[in-house]
Amino acid sequence: MRTLIEDIHSLTRRIGRPVRLMEVCGTHTVAVFRHGIRSILPEEILLLSGPGCPVCVTPVEDIDTAVEMARLPDVILATFGDMMRVPGSGVNLQEARADGSDIRVVYSPMDALDIAAANPDKRVVFLATGFETTSPSVAATLCEADRKGVGNFLVYSNHKLVPPALRTLLGDDRVDVDGFILPGHVSTIIGAQPYEFISAEHGKPAVITGFEARDILEAIAMLLAQIVKGEPGVEIQYTRAVRPEGNPRAVALMETCFHPVDVRWRGIGKIAESGLSLREEFRHRDAPRVFGLAVEGGPEPAGCSCGDILKGIKVPTECPLFAASCTPESPVGACMVSSEGSCAAYYRYGIRR
Amino acid sequence: MCLAVPSKIIRIDDLVATVDVMGARREISLMILPEEVNVGDYVLVHAGFAIQKVREDTALDSLGLISEMARKMEE
Ligand code: SF4
Repeated sequence: MRTLIEDIHSLTRRIGRPVRLMEVCGTHTVAVFRHGIRSILPEEILLLSGPGCPVCVTPVEDIDTAVEMARLPDVILATFGDMMRVPGSGVNLQEARADGSDIRVVYSPMDALDIAAANPDKRVVFLATGFETTSPSVAATLCEADRKGVGNFLVYSNHKLVPPALRTLLGDDRVDVDGFILPGHVSTIIGAQPYEFISAEHGKPAVITGFEARDILEAIAMLLAQIVKGEPGVEIQYTRAVRPEGNPRAVALMETCFHPVDVRWRGIGKIAESGLSLREEFRHRDAPRVFGLAVEGGPEPAGCSCGDILKGIKVPTECPLFAASCTPESPVGACMVSSEGSCAAYYRYGIRR
Repeated sequence: MCLAVPSKIIRIDDLVATVDVMGARREISLMILPEEVNVGDYVLVHAGFAIQKVREDTALDSLGLISEMARKMEE
């Protein structure tokens, strides 16, 4: 570890200017704080959080639509716990539950399928969020629902894809990033190839990274070495869990059930082919189609800087509401809600300025 | 939310496995795993699904951080 830290310092000296690295994944943001990594890095290295917290990028209207669905007669809405407090334009899911809607927190999409099987007179909607780590599991559950003939299991897909978001960031002139710490478990599924454009088209280094302190330091050293050599590429540091080809079975399942569509990301806006919608073959399980529901986009909470934070343009302490009117107990924006949101991570680890 | 937890397989029943994760037993699906696994193997588990097979030493080194983060997420 010692030599790794020394390597990072000497590489940084050789670069001789500030280096801005983006940790794309919310789990990395938390791991960086947890391991105290910022304190051992040279001052010139700035770590920026990226758009990689699926909860934080769920737009207001998707929460509003989910609340509407939960209010329909004989509907049970099931979702992951992280989604319960994400602000919509009206009530959030937790408040909707207190108002009498039947909303349940599940650990796995399979639990939602079990709820459907146990409640044949209800329609059970699984509000599915998450990146490529999660969408294959939901795809498998959809196939399982067909196989078992559970007709009352529906999915409201909010799934998003990581590479299109990175492409959008790289195309934004205000975004200033020298290298990417790429997500570990998303890459367990998709492998390294989908990120090739980062180095091939934009000349930026990228390293797929694990979650231990040593992993993150090693990845930073690898990124700096790429900068020093002037040879950007996509490398895998997290070889324990990521193979170059990813998990082809999971990717195939994902492609069987979903197809890419243009969707909005909270704070960022619409990104082409960055979301997953159910394919025709599964239209009987596509909740928005079955219910004919789609709520129009509402405004972002006033004064919230989540958008610039998700793009690495600002850090949370630059938001005037941070730790003032916006705290984890009463969050204004989604970045303060999720435990993996940048604002929540800064707050929890006591950073105030 | 994209956290996957290393878990040891203690029983396999077709495409359902029982795993031990930090002392708790849980049933998970093997439907999206790209390769065969046996009792005693470690897999990364996310949202009730095994997403990849991993070596035992990986599984052990990650548990400290991951258990803390898993707890935080449940708070
Ligand atoms: S501190 Fe709150 S209001 Fe400011 S960007 Fe973060 S979530 Fe939004």
